[in-house]
Amino acid sequence: MHLGVPAKCLVNKGDEVKVGQLLASADGFVSANIHSPFSGTVLKIDKALDASGYKRDAVFIGVKGDEWLSTIDTSTQLKKDCRLDPAEIIHRINEAGIVGLGGATFPSHVKLTIPRGKKAEYLLINGVECEPYLTSDHVLMLEKGEELVVGVSILMRALNVEQAVIGIENNKPDAIAHLREIVTGFPNISVQALQVKYPQGGEKQLIKAVLNREVPSGGLPVDVGAVVFNVGTAVAVYDAVQKNKPLIERVVTITGKSLTTPANYRVRFGTPVSALIEAAGGLPEDTGKVINGGPMMGKALADPGVPVVKGSSGILILPEPEAARRQTEPCIRCSRCVSVCPMGLEPYLLMVLGQKSLHERMENEKVMDCIECGSCSYTCPSSRPLLDYIRLGKAEVGKMIRSRKK
Amino acid sequence: MNKLITVSPSPHAHSGESVSKLMYGVVIALLPAMLVSFWFFGMGAIYVTLLSVASCVLFEFLIQKYILKKEPRISDGSAIVTGVLLAFNLPSSLPPFIIIVGALVAIGIGKLTFGGLGNNPFNPALVGRVFLLLSFPTRMTKFPKLEGFNTPVILSDSNISDATTGATPLGIIKEGLGSGETISSLMEKNHLGYADFFMGNTGGSLGEIAAFALILGLIFMLARKIITWHIPVSIIGTVIIFTGILFLADPNQYADPLFHILTGGLLLGAIFMATDYVTSPMTPVGQIIYGVGIALITVIIRVFGAYPEGISFAILIMNAFVPLINRYIKPKRFGEEVKNG
Repeated sequence: MHLGVPAKCLVNKGDEVKVGQLLASADGFVSANIHSPFSGTVLKIDKALDASGYKRDAVFIGVKGDEWLSTIDTSTQLKKDCRLDPAEIIHRINEAGIVGLGGATFPSHVKLTIPRGKKAEYLLINGVECEPYLTSDHVLMLEKGEELVVGVSILMRALNVEQAVIGIENNKPDAIAHLREIVTGFPNISVQALQVKYPQGGEKQLIKAVLNREVPSGGLPVDVGAVVFNVGTAVAVYDAVQKNKPLIERVVTITGKSLTTPANYRVRFGTPVSALIEAAGGLPEDTGKVINGGPMMGKALADPGVPVVKGSSGILILPEPEAARRQTEPCIRCSRCVSVCPMGLEPYLLMVLGQKSLHERMENEKVMDCIECGSCSYTCPSSRPLLDYIRLGKAEVGKMIRSRKK
Repeated sequence: MNKLITVSPSPHAHSGESVSKLMYGVVIALLPAMLVSFWFFGMGAIYVTLLSVASCVLFEFLIQKYILKKEPRISDGSAIVTGVLLAFNLPSSLPPFIIIVGALVAIGIGKLTFGGLGNNPFNPALVGRVFLLLSFPTRMTKFPKLEGFNTPVILSDSNISDATTGATPLGIIKEGLGSGETISSLMEKNHLGYADFFMGNTGGSLGEIAAFALILGLIFMLARKIITWHIPVSIIGTVIIFTGILFLADPNQYADPLFHILTGGLLLGAIFMATDYVTSPMTPVGQIIYGVGIALITVIIRVFGAYPEGISFAILIMNAFVPLINRYIKPKRFGEEVKNG
């Protein structure tokens, strides 16, 4: 459900649950609460396949009606004012189980707790939309613009920062115009139009684009005075702090060239991906691949029966001919992978080092800086599986670094 | 769900670029210069080009299939590029066996002994050309007079001196300066003019004579993003600076920068030979160092060395430095120096 330590289950078989009720509580600091997206009876607590293909603990709920906890404000009226102190805001965000909705699902209260000795100067809001095909952040900005901006002001209060910038690529002029109009009432929040450039939705790339600061290798955004949240997260923060509504649903794009009715849906967590595909007109005949996420960083699903979780930003259905990889050819040293790498790495070299298991050299060549954006493999004229080898290398180098610390 | 779906790691999209698309792009960029060579050298140019390309492709196929026992991959177009570039570096009056030997050395020794496409340290076409230049110095430096389709195709040694001339502009200057003449008197006496250099109306190898055709190829490759500007611009820029300094020091002894750019194989080398992916550096800064090195060595050989032209040697020498350049010149890593902007 989120990055970090899995949450501890609080319910038992046979329990009746309501929408918004706590199902599992955060286990430690880097962890997050999980609330019931549905009302009904707990059928069983068992392992279930998730989007990454691993079995995880899951609560199975027999859905009955749609009964919400009475503490949740379900009205659609905008609540602008927030006079809570930062600690209380962070507490509510923690309680609501909010994690980064851009895809990495890092628990938000951890990000809001600035390490001692560091100072956040800017709050950046990521409206870049991480990947091609996905439009969930775009519709959210258009439909929940007011809530988004109030959410941003709450986050600013929690972080005690003076300045917030919402970064949006200029292929979404309607969202830029819409949010610019709303932020006129908020003097310290601005909207910045950015050049369209994958992978600008990456945290470090966004900071570079907006502030022209580079997060040092192995460092955190706050090292350069920035904290970044996705637009979806900001809306979730509004819901949690102003409406007492925990994180139980998100906007998910369902798209693909052969789908009859691609769309964005607000989806409760736990809804099977297959149900979403049915809602979009059913799985097309020529389907070759079902991807949880976008074309560049998404995970191919082995089974569309897996549930939508906090990190699911979209479902992309690729037709057969696009699903298969191309034949790998020898590296012709064209240097396209080097010039395209947003982190300034040399993917061709990392792949060769990976093939030879030279992990120390991979570490020296900064393999751990790789953000796995996929640009190298995308651009390679020889269709070499550069990122595959870099990922394997990162796993090995990661093990090496951890054993060194012990 | 009964349907089988593909599962693979990301990314799930590809740019659609391929080795053969890039190689055929280079072939297209070579076409203007090829047509100019047909125009000025007639049948001789067509015969040298066809034989060179055919032998390169055939040797690639035969060696891969029967000696290396691998799946032949001639369809990627790289052997065609080598064949055209080898032909571009030859005079139009070479006997067939010399061309075939050149192709065998280029593909066999220059490329496949190192493991084929992507693994050769030296530009294969230049390996072939330099081998021929050292082995057949007379035949490699005799160029036919430009008579279009009336240019005789000379294949035997008996009548070679009648219909050919050893005179490339660089050769004339080198020889003339040796006997104490000045640049301007040599240019006048031999009717050397920049317009002729630009249009290709001058002595030389097939592909090197027409500056405009090579520049058209460069524009095409830059527009199609087949190559970047770094190597050609750093070579040409350095040649202008270096020869400019020499020219200002003594215009009677040293030719001006424009002469150096337009004559000999400089543009052919800077645009098509030095930019070979496999044998050039991987980072922009590395490519500029490599280009500057090529230009310096070229000018030193041209001005102070024994040969009138030195770009082939310069590129091969700098090819040898490419692994070293790649080792020490790294791209600027993200977050390496903290900017506070």
